[in-house]
Amino acid sequence: MLEKLVAGSLTGFIHLLTGSRAFWREALAPAPRVYYGNHASHGDFVLIWSALPKALRRQARPVAAAEYWRRGALRRYLIRRVFNGVLIEREADHRSEDPIAQMAQAIDAGAALILFPEGTRNMGDGLLPFKSGLYHLASQCADLELVPVWLENINRVMPKGRLIPLPLLCTVSFGVPLQLADGEDKHAFLDRARDALLALAPEAA
Amino acid sequence: MITLPALHDPAVELFLGIGAVLLVATLIGRVLAWTTQPAKRATIDNLNARINAWWVMALLVGIAFAFGKPGVLVLFFLVSLLALREFITLLPTRGGDYWALVAAFYLVLPIQYVLVGIEWYGLFSIFIPVYGFLLLPILAAGGGDTTRFLERAAKVQWGLMISVFCISHVPALLTLRIAGYEHRNLLLIAFLVIVVQSSDVLQYVWGKLCGRHLIAPKLSPSKTWEGFVGGIASATLLGGLLWWITPFPFWGALVMALVINLMGFLGGLVMSAIKRDRGIKDWGHMIEGHGGVLDRLDSVCFAAPVFFHLTRYFMT
Repeated sequence: MLEKLVAGSLTGFIHLLTGSRAFWREALAPAPRVYYGNHASHGDFVLIWSALPKALRRQARPVAAAEYWRRGALRRYLIRRVFNGVLIEREADHRSEDPIAQMAQAIDAGAALILFPEGTRNMGDGLLPFKSGLYHLASQCADLELVPVWLENINRVMPKGRLIPLPLLCTVSFGVPLQLADGEDKHAFLDRARDALLALAPEAA
Repeated sequence: MITLPALHDPAVELFLGIGAVLLVATLIGRVLAWTTQPAKRATIDNLNARINAWWVMALLVGIAFAFGKPGVLVLFFLVSLLALREFITLLPTRGGDYWALVAAFYLVLPIQYVLVGIEWYGLFSIFIPVYGFLLLPILAAGGGDTTRFLERAAKVQWGLMISVFCISHVPALLTLRIAGYEHRNLLLIAFLVIVVQSSDVLQYVWGKLCGRHLIAPKLSPSKTWEGFVGGIASATLLGGLLWWITPFPFWGALVMALVINLMGFLGGLVMSAIKRDRGIKDWGHMIEGHGGVLDRLDSVCFAAPVFFHLTRYFMT
């Protein structure tokens, strides 16, 4: 109950602050899928999460960095209880669990994942190179649909390392889902996924 | 405190009049929608969306008026906030502007409205043009990013001048002490808003009915000479006919309305030039059919300070 209230107030706050508007290229299906977006702030997954229709929100789980979200009781509460996140360990040397297996497991259980394949928050314009997780996940889960989601302006609302968010208008653009083609190699696939996301950005970006 | 005003109160009469005009507009809009073929309905649909939004805006202003000065201050504070958000969103700033923007939204904006609220004329009339002008570039310089520095500093200042400084001159009308016009200053706001907005509407109507010759094709694709002359003339006449709610005689109200309308029209052109430069049609999407808050208020921004100072000079 309390979790719903917290989730509701966080999404409400983001909506009020950013007046966020969502655009869809086609109707969103409830199937297990991955929403992957550009990453500029900690508000990103909340923005995607709150842009989803209510029915789809319940099954959406953000994939988040364990190092960051396990630090502090509030962060742990938010990511576990409120947003039901999939916590993955980014540093390969200190891993106790395989992130791809964790994500595949969540997909098999019927969840939709919110993922930021740049792997870290981008301070500049455009997109950083994608990490290969997106490819490995797609090759492990047959017929998995990947939906590019471009977040415009959120990097100005909550710049990395800043505490006070600025009230600026944001938009969330959902693209057409893409899938891993038969025999497609890692680089070709990651490039294609990255281009599909960049294509959603307004021209100025 | 809400005090229910008597029916013969001019403010109530005004709002009843506005309600009647909107009712007629709504009826005309619906009839047009029924009688127009679906393929040619886009303009009519937009017209009806605009009329619906007018009901909401009139209602909001009505509620604010019922709460008196605090209500009006809160309303225009929020309007300034939304306008500044639209302005800064569409004029990209850089990471180095962060603290200047924090100060603009969370310090300068509220302080300006507090100054208007406590009626400190000497400070609210120079706070943004002097202190904001000097403080914000200092904060931006602290960001250590020199790329297009002057341009960025100018944008933030412009955003504050238009969205906060200019718009705050609407509630500032409540601070004027006019002999023989005590406790009626809300009507001064009503006069300004009615004249400016009816001028926009009448220019739109005249332009749609008989607009042929574009007045500034490079700045605006919709403003015509016919709309300009017809709209300004009829809205000025309307302003003159509203002299009974103002402290001015008929001729005074007529001239004031003319000045307001000309400033509003020219303000619309300026804001349109900014939009065209940025390659956009509207400032935002907040108000169905109208675009953003700034699309609706661009003419108020330019008219309010001039109306305020003329009234202050001649009447106090």
